[in-house]
Amino acid sequence: MTAPATPAATPTRPVSTRSSRSGGTHRGEAGAGWLFVSPVILILGTFLLVPVLMALWVSFSDWSGRGSPLSSSVDFVGLDNYSSLTSGGLTTRDFGTALRNNAWYVLLVVPLQTALSLFLAVLVSRRMLRARGFFRTAFYFPSVTSSVAITVLWLFLFSFAGPVNALIAWFGGEGPNWFREPTGIVHAALAGIGVTSGPEFLTQNTALGISWWEWLAGPSVAMFALILMAVFTTSGTFMLLFIAALQNVGYELTEAAMVDGANAWQRFWRITLPQLRPTLFTVITLGLIGCWQVFDQIYTGTKGDPAKTTMTPAYLSYTSAFRDNEWGVGAAIAFILFLIIIVFTIFQRWVLRDRPVSRRRIRAYESATYRKGATS
Amino acid sequence: MTDTTLARAEMLADPPTSAPPRRRRRWTVRSAGGQVLLYALIVALAIVYIYPFLVQVGTSFKSEQEAASNPISLLPQTFTVAAYERLFLNSDFPLWFANSAVVTILVTLGRVFFVSLAGYALARLHFRGRGVVFAAVVAVMAVPAVVLLIPKFLVLNQLGLYDSYAGMVLPLLVDAAGVFIMKNFFESIPVSVEEQARIDGAGTFRVFWSIVLPMARPALITIVILSFQGSWNELSHFIVATQSPELTTLTKGVASLASGQLSQGTQYPLKLAAAAIMTIPVAVLFFIFQKRIMNTSEGAVKG
Repeated sequence: MTAPATPAATPTRPVSTRSSRSGGTHRGEAGAGWLFVSPVILILGTFLLVPVLMALWVSFSDWSGRGSPLSSSVDFVGLDNYSSLTSGGLTTRDFGTALRNNAWYVLLVVPLQTALSLFLAVLVSRRMLRARGFFRTAFYFPSVTSSVAITVLWLFLFSFAGPVNALIAWFGGEGPNWFREPTGIVHAALAGIGVTSGPEFLTQNTALGISWWEWLAGPSVAMFALILMAVFTTSGTFMLLFIAALQNVGYELTEAAMVDGANAWQRFWRITLPQLRPTLFTVITLGLIGCWQVFDQIYTGTKGDPAKTTMTPAYLSYTSAFRDNEWGVGAAIAFILFLIIIVFTIFQRWVLRDRPVSRRRIRAYESATYRKGATS
Repeated sequence: MTDTTLARAEMLADPPTSAPPRRRRRWTVRSAGGQVLLYALIVALAIVYIYPFLVQVGTSFKSEQEAASNPISLLPQTFTVAAYERLFLNSDFPLWFANSAVVTILVTLGRVFFVSLAGYALARLHFRGRGVVFAAVVAVMAVPAVVLLIPKFLVLNQLGLYDSYAGMVLPLLVDAAGVFIMKNFFESIPVSVEEQARIDGAGTFRVFWSIVLPMARPALITIVILSFQGSWNELSHFIVATQSPELTTLTKGVASLASGQLSQGTQYPLKLAAAAIMTIPVAVLFFIFQKRIMNTSEGAVKG
């Protein structure tokens, strides 16, 4: 219950004792077994494995979207599609822009949603709180709605004459035209203190067709609105994970710390948070995995505008293939994205895997608890 | 976001016994002021989370001028159902709704059946290659959906399923995370009942259908919630699987509304009404199964 997302953690080996004990009743199970899993194998194979292999081929081919990619008129072009993403030119610049946009998105969404969901979980886990159920429901509700519906709502909330700007005006400020504003927020902040152009070594050097100065622009105001949306919709989901984890936090330690005179702040940082580490890790990696998959919001809302500042690799892959008929390039982007995501996934599964606790660790743990017991 | 779904699902499918015994906690309220502050904070946060949905519903009953001139108020000065009239009588909205409903029902039914069948086989039946199949299922869960946009189109096109109901439903019919959830669940229930039935001569499918499946209700409800929510809210698959207007689902249709089809001007009341209606089914599902979904302390203790 503490570490919910541990697919790899479950032992896959069949329990041998059971099979030896009741071997007599297992006759004919092989046939039934294969029959039972066959729909799953068939569908996952046809619509997951085969497609991935086909797209891998397309990413190495010059297929233009006509006829079958497997026909003889389609040629193998090696790494051409991949190199067009790194060699300069418009494709490279678009890809670089998309990567930059998404990197900023990840950089802001992951910490914000993690902190907010933990904060909400701590708030609604207080035993003294009345109407806890109501508050939990309120915070969780955005998570069940579809990304399309939320995006439509967000386009309204952050429209120029929308509620958010009305609220800002009410406080005496003037809100931006959120979804039309391509200025990066870091650039905007720098402009606020009078810096409008970067130093030469930032503007002259480029990576993936974009100057370093542009890489550092920050998410555009439009992207920032989408960042807020992501935090709004996912914090409820992760809040539930934290609530579950908080229930398993031992009170003995907390109470002992109270007796020792630790205040609430110290208790949270020194006692509660360390015990939440597995969940914290899960939430962060799930965030890292999810944040690279921004597609629905862009498709529904901004279509990559303004000035391509909400373009993401997922959406760029889609438009390259379906709009510009650059199927090879689209597939290549998808595979690079796949690589980015799979790295985080494998890392997460590796860290959260079930492992036997080593002797040394047990000893370290025992002596640590012993010392703690001795001092208190 | 299969992984997030899975994380949530594992919580949903958790047998209630795993909740720790509840302890009375003697937390002295140190200051009434602190308590008031805490409530002020949490209420303010709740308003931030709820207000957008209220203003959404409120605005959908406003005229377009009022939506622009007075965006922040919840109650329209002049109440109008023009947006809803337009949606239901003068657009493809009912068709989108019907398409989404058909797809969602088919996908949910299919998933519940196939996923529990496979989960059962992987948990209980002994056959050569079982470990490999399960490892493959776990591996497949890691494939992110957005990477499959182009691949899925390629295969649907190749198989002649592009732009058909079959192409919309079949690929969604099975979900690796569901198999994983069901397998875990079946492993958590005792095997003795089944063995008794087997000794009495019941066939494998019969044991599964009339003995095991009824016991698996909690996990099946989890699968229903996830499948319903997943397929109702699905967008990217339908974008690459269909193009004809007759096959447009709600997500795809409302997305096209958002980017300006069917409208001159901003048309916020219309768009917000459409988004509000498409939220209703999942909201209803959420409130029906709220105890299970939010089951983290209260539900678990009360059982």
